[in-house]
Amino acid sequence: MSAELSRRGLLALGGGLVVAFSLHAEEPARPGSLKEIPRLDSWIKVGPNGSVTVFTGKVELGQGIKTALLQVAAEQLDVPPERIEMVTADTMRSPNEGFTAGSHSMQDSGTAILHAAAQVRGLLLAAAAGELGVAIETLATADGMVKAADGRSLGYGQLAAKLDLHVDAAPNSVVKDPGTYRVMGRPMPRIDIPAKLTGSAAYVQDLRLPGMLHARAIRQPSVGAKLLEFDTAPVERLPGVVKIVREGNYLAVVAAKEWQAIKAMRALAAAAKWQETASLPEESTILQTIRSLPTRDIPVLTWKADAGAPERRLQARYTRPYVMHGAIGPSCAVAQLIDGTMTVWTHSQGVYPLRAALAALLRMPPEKLRCIHVEGSGCYGHNGADDVAGDAALIARAMPGRPVRVQWMREQEHTGEPYGAAMIAEVEAALDADGTIVDWDYGVWSNTHNRRPTAGGLLLQNAALPDPLPVPPPAPIPMPEGGGERNSNPIYAFPNARVVSHFIPEMPVRVSALRSLGAYLNVFAIESFMDELAQAAEADPVRFRLRHLRDDRAKAVVLLAAEKFGWPRVAKGQGRGFAFARYKNLGAYCAVALALQVEHETGQIRLGRIVAAVDSGQEVNPDGIRNQIEGAIIQAASWTLYEAVHFDRQRILSRDWSGYPIMPFPAVPESIAVHIVPRPGQPFLGTGEAGQGPTAAAIANALRDATGVRLRDVPFTAPKVKAAIGV
Amino acid sequence: MIRLNVNGQDHDVDTDPDTPLLYVLRDELGLNGAKFGCGLGQCGACTVMLDGQAVFSCLVPAAVLPGRAIRTIEGLGNNAVQRAFLEEQAAQCGYCIAGMVMRAQALLEHNPHPSEQQIRQSMAVNLCRCGTHMRILAAVRRAAAQTVKS
Repeated sequence: MSAELSRRGLLALGGGLVVAFSLHAEEPARPGSLKEIPRLDSWIKVGPNGSVTVFTGKVELGQGIKTALLQVAAEQLDVPPERIEMVTADTMRSPNEGFTAGSHSMQDSGTAILHAAAQVRGLLLAAAAGELGVAIETLATADGMVKAADGRSLGYGQLAAKLDLHVDAAPNSVVKDPGTYRVMGRPMPRIDIPAKLTGSAAYVQDLRLPGMLHARAIRQPSVGAKLLEFDTAPVERLPGVVKIVREGNYLAVVAAKEWQAIKAMRALAAAAKWQETASLPEESTILQTIRSLPTRDIPVLTWKADAGAPERRLQARYTRPYVMHGAIGPSCAVAQLIDGTMTVWTHSQGVYPLRAALAALLRMPPEKLRCIHVEGSGCYGHNGADDVAGDAALIARAMPGRPVRVQWMREQEHTGEPYGAAMIAEVEAALDADGTIVDWDYGVWSNTHNRRPTAGGLLLQNAALPDPLPVPPPAPIPMPEGGGERNSNPIYAFPNARVVSHFIPEMPVRVSALRSLGAYLNVFAIESFMDELAQAAEADPVRFRLRHLRDDRAKAVVLLAAEKFGWPRVAKGQGRGFAFARYKNLGAYCAVALALQVEHETGQIRLGRIVAAVDSGQEVNPDGIRNQIEGAIIQAASWTLYEAVHFDRQRILSRDWSGYPIMPFPAVPESIAVHIVPRPGQPFLGTGEAGQGPTAAAIANALRDATGVRLRDVPFTAPKVKAAIGV
Repeated sequence: MIRLNVNGQDHDVDTDPDTPLLYVLRDELGLNGAKFGCGLGQCGACTVMLDGQAVFSCLVPAAVLPGRAIRTIEGLGNNAVQRAFLEEQAAQCGYCIAGMVMRAQALLEHNPHPSEQQIRQSMAVNLCRCGTHMRILAAVRRAAAQTVKS
């Protein structure tokens, strides 16, 4: 068989739906990650006994991707899910799909597996047709078998033994008719949850290798702190201590047991003398500082068209502070150096980029490193996962042969992770006499949202080591995805608009990717301002949005959320808020309607009913989509009501959960209902980051409705709300 | 040597008396359920039961453990609370979940029919960052509706 599957051969398969992703005859693009990784056996292997292994370069972060990808493969292959083994990111086994980020996993890996599985099934059918001497149209697949009309059947194992799957996927596939789906589009219990509910080993934190040692780093207390000479001998004599690792300003301790390592770490931290400088900005004026830093201005869009005469102009400014990922489980990694080869077990979102970064940091050739993903605590973006792998690898290098486990302490996680950037959006718009928006002017100020370890110089340890690698300059993420400018392009049809991203290269505080990147602030700003404009136009906020929307799928989501909420009905004393966005204006659509009440004595916001509607394209695991949206709503509500990283001129002060409170159980909403718009056969749109922006704006809008006060600077802490409502 | 009773079984462990129960469970007995979250009693990821009470195992030193009954998620034996969490799919990353289950178990043993407010108050010391709260609350309500055996 030729390396390229014949398109005609696949088209000849009856009963399926042909999805053509490209009409260019010359070089048709393959769908999803098949573009970069076209070989079918990079994704799917069928063993002679019929066993099926599916490979993905994406990783389970608690978002349920492993289960969703399994459903896709099971559906298109016609193999029961429980008979498929899923292999996630491992630099020795899996395809290189970069980072698991940006709500891309279903579009990239889901699409690749959908098509690879459909094509493998097609090849199995064709092989069976030849073997049985019957027309392919007369064959059916089920339960890992090809079945002929006359009752004969052949197992996938028998057929696969004669098939070469080391071939490039065809650009087009015959995927099943979505109307016949039995696994995709139906709720499936997550395959990773049972182990987590019984105390089975489920996380990298639970990894115990023979002879494993425990280590802790003693972090520089502030950026650029210099480690002065001090006596380490008393710590070396502590029970269980095996070694103290010191390289320049990098300091760590290795012990036989974890608690011994922690006690030794504390003793070392108490003994170590540091020379610190005031390297952080003043917190109370941080937003002015950011607004005044030099920028690189990137035009996002300019729209010009005839429109009604502007009658009324409004302007506003919206901000957010630095926000923490705040994993419940501090970052952890295990590393082992054997015969010059380093293996790192990590919960990084990108094992291939991490391998390259670690290779640079350790001055080792990348082929001498293997990074294997093992689940960790939820990360919500670039947190300490990669950096703790840097610790484990550096320390393991000093302990050849022995596996070394490092888990950060709570204060290390809180103060050591890169934060989501503080941001500012300024917007001005004009309404005509009919209350239609005729002009829109929007600017957003932000640092980069991507300092992921694409180079060794970006790992936390680099600056502490004696011979640091160069640090690449920060770069914006170009639209249409965008970093700080993500979702700065309004989805609404404004005749005249100008949007500019003011990219700030200088980073006063270490920042990187936090779930939804700039979309949280931009959607918060746009959707708050839409309510302000609706109010000025004396229009219902939902109708006002619909009037400015042209996208039918957007309208459907807005209407569904409003209908299920019973908009505008709320209980007496409550305020109602609505907000909507399409993530990146190319991902999932999500609308949020909510009710809230303010405790006037304290200023505490009490969230009531929350209703969301979402269109993620073809749904794979509807319960997974609901779980992700519920999580997005609660996490974003926590950002919006509670969260800001505090610091003085030297150090981060938000060192634990008392210094960085997040939403506790008594404060979660009364209820959250998530409604999914079914879109059978449509491309996957991803889900994980669709709900954050709309949640923030819906809260601000409901707060305005409840109290008459418009807040534009998150977080809306109880004291801030109390001061604003003036009671 | 310190003698511990964990999930009904005695274990003699050679550990410093100041070692928190969390590390005794994880590193001496190889039990994964209790998780390190903060070491400060602020998050509840390490929650286990001690003589029927939910405690932060990161704060309880081994020295106080002899003669007391320690219960971890490994000792529940797929009970009503665990089943309720499974049925509600009440986990995202799941790192906090073993602690949530133990907190809920302790609550329901003392108060088999808690009100919504009592559930929320009782769970308040356990933090979840993924935002799985609504499902966790639903799981506790579901378990409360079943018979909870202690």
